[in-house]
Amino acid sequence: MPIKSYLAHPHEDKKEDLIEALSTIEQCEIMAAQNKDVLILITETENKAEEAILKEKLDAIKSLKLLAMVSGFNTPQNN
Amino acid sequence: MYTSMTNRRKFIKKMAMLSAMTAAAAMFPGILFADEQERGIPDGSNLDWKKAPCRFCGVGCGVLIGTENGKAVAVKGDPKSPVNKGLCCVKGYHSIIALYGKDRLTKPLIKKNGQYVETSMKEALDLIASKMKETIKEYGKDAVSIYGSGQWTIPDGYVASKLFKGCIGTNNVEANARLCMATAVTGFLTSFGLDEPMGCYEDIDYADTFVLWGNNMAEMHPVLFSRLLDQRLKKGVKIIDFATRTTRTSMAADRSILFKPQTDLAVANAICYEIVHNGWMNRSFVEEHCNFSKGLTDMGYGLEDGYKFTDKPEKINFEDYKTFLEDYTPEKASKISGVTVKDIKYLAAQFGDPNKKVMSLWCMGMNQHSRGTWMNNLVYNIHLLTGKISEPGNSPFSLTGQPSACGTVREVGTLTHKLPHGVVTNKEHREFAAKIWDVPVENIPSKPTYHTVEMFRALDRGDIRFMWIQVTNPMVSMPKLKRYRDGAKKEGRFIVVSDIYPTPTTDIADVILPSAMWIEREGMYGNSERRTQYFEQMLEPPGEAMSDTMQLIEVAKRMGYEKQFYYKEETHIEEVYNEYRKHHVGKKHNMAPLEVLKSQPGALWPYVDGKSTKWRFNSKYDPACSNGKDFHFYGKPDGKAIIWQRPYEPAAEEPDAEYPFWLGTGRVVEHWHTGSMTRRIPVLHKAMPHGYVELHPEDAKRMQIRNGDSVKLTTRRGEIILPASVDQRGIPAPMQVFVPFFDENMLINDITLDSFCPISKEPDYKKCAVKVEKV
Repeated sequence: MPIKSYLAHPHEDKKEDLIEALSTIEQCEIMAAQNKDVLILITETENKAEEAILKEKLDAIKSLKLLAMVSGFNTPQNN
Repeated sequence: MYTSMTNRRKFIKKMAMLSAMTAAAAMFPGILFADEQERGIPDGSNLDWKKAPCRFCGVGCGVLIGTENGKAVAVKGDPKSPVNKGLCCVKGYHSIIALYGKDRLTKPLIKKNGQYVETSMKEALDLIASKMKETIKEYGKDAVSIYGSGQWTIPDGYVASKLFKGCIGTNNVEANARLCMATAVTGFLTSFGLDEPMGCYEDIDYADTFVLWGNNMAEMHPVLFSRLLDQRLKKGVKIIDFATRTTRTSMAADRSILFKPQTDLAVANAICYEIVHNGWMNRSFVEEHCNFSKGLTDMGYGLEDGYKFTDKPEKINFEDYKTFLEDYTPEKASKISGVTVKDIKYLAAQFGDPNKKVMSLWCMGMNQHSRGTWMNNLVYNIHLLTGKISEPGNSPFSLTGQPSACGTVREVGTLTHKLPHGVVTNKEHREFAAKIWDVPVENIPSKPTYHTVEMFRALDRGDIRFMWIQVTNPMVSMPKLKRYRDGAKKEGRFIVVSDIYPTPTTDIADVILPSAMWIEREGMYGNSERRTQYFEQMLEPPGEAMSDTMQLIEVAKRMGYEKQFYYKEETHIEEVYNEYRKHHVGKKHNMAPLEVLKSQPGALWPYVDGKSTKWRFNSKYDPACSNGKDFHFYGKPDGKAIIWQRPYEPAAEEPDAEYPFWLGTGRVVEHWHTGSMTRRIPVLHKAMPHGYVELHPEDAKRMQIRNGDSVKLTTRRGEIILPASVDQRGIPAPMQVFVPFFDENMLINDITLDSFCPISKEPDYKKCAVKVEKV
């Protein structure tokens, strides 16, 4: 059950669009910086397959300029 | 302990979030995540928000502390503070967590038969007073000492100085700012005759170019660095990082220039050479406002006990100075420093361009330097030669690392040679202090005793028998630490330590006093830009914890100084501050009244006619200027600043065949100094859990060292094993290693060298020779 955190950088003037796009994805939790053009994105998926699908969804977001992973944790599924 | 899966996942998500916040804070200094901060605030809370300066570094950010039911529960940057304008760094945001570590000291402890036994505060204070009296009777006044800190509030330092210098009659008063800021002080005093920067943080808003001299601002002063980055976004200012190691600051800078350790002296002189030889000198400014001097050279490094040095300044003329600079052509300086001629000329051109306003910023790289006073002088030379000084945006600016290194140690004067106003060697200054302190002037000795390194050497030798250490952790921070730790443990030494947590320094104590921390008491700090800031008591201290001020007052009364320590418990901070202000009366250093400090986020001294002075020595802004000219360097008798002839000289210990690497030490963004507070903040501790040694990737490859491998560092003082850090946060130059000093379990200072600047007596933590081996 992977949990990952990223710094999500929007394209210029697209921070609100990015917040909106990420807010619609179930596995995503975001926290936007109040005073800088960057968001913290936490993803939580059930398994690697779901994570791969999520990755595709993220890649398709036009307002997203760069996604930089900060940390990744994998919790055992049945523990 | 059972942890449910849900809780575990929540915890992991929280950790992931905090890791990202830490990374974001490092990349975007001053970044705000209001949602996360508000999330920690209890639902339906009705917080009481009160202002305070931040507990940690010398930037002096204004913070607002939210309290509820007697507990601090939230922190936010104070938008009204002109220092940080509502921003905070990762340490500031988490600062209140440091109040609530599980192992807070709450009861006084006395060592009996090798074990610490809880006792009452009354008994502990009685014992301290009687032990001091006994030691004085048996060994004399100079056998007792106090070692404080740039984290002392202004009242703490003031009553310490009054007790020891005024009442007991010993100049055995020192503070850890000797380890970080003493060189800045001697730099200011030798060049201008008065301490502390002439400018203020507002200079950042006016400068076109910032030259960072060995100063990793992105990690050490992140909020101020964010102000530089903000100016780059707004108006394209240039940031030049001149350093010995590639850091986050280098990566964010427009230009990163690396020099070999110690050779900044040669490069600074080469910049002066270029200024003089390219006709960039502001001739009228120099003729009107500057003198030229030279001092003694080949001063030594203070490695031997009892080392003494007194400079002998000698006036020279401009032609002498010009001749001296011939040894520092860019080509010659390039050979010494490894900096390209092109980069030296580029640096010089920044200062030489009459249309550019330049701000120099520095901190430990220049101060913890065995020729640090010279290096400070040389940067002032550059600004003086070009007339880029004491006006908005043209500013040589020495940054500090502790919240009140300036306010307490430098302004109150808690160093062996100092008084709140002036120095102990000056009869008039002694008389002035004695009158305010209500003590006979004969009480104040006219000779300084021990600077910090020598004070710990005296403890080792047995010349000092009693030492009271407050709010600092020398058993992590002293260089060549093993000698001083062994010395402090010797028979016949009595050590009192006042602190908030157990540390390696409380380990050597005979009595441990629990201190009230920061907003658990009332006080003031003074930051790098001469800003004095007040904070009220917002919380009750835990258990029997007591402020350092009250501890000292109580002991003073027990020693028979009730008359001098007349302060009432409920009003003592106000009484102490009002008494302290008397020492600085006058246009050159007047302190703001307490009611002003209570009503606004601090005030800059000199505070004259209800106004802070933003730029000293400039008659447009500084009411103390009285020579009828545009500038008046009134710290010197003739009103002129000094341009010093200071050569390049090598470090005390340089790499050789046996110890082929340079070792430098320093700090990291997550931890504040020795980590005794920030390592108790879980998110910061997890983000940076232990020390490490940074190597250059090429050295690591050659030695087959990978990230995380154990590496043994050996110097002439000893050895230590640390995990390797390769291509991670910072990258040292080839044949150099860097180790942070925050980790008390990996005491790098056991192997550092206690060489110091002969003028300031500040140790050089940045340079010694080391052997590096894979274990």
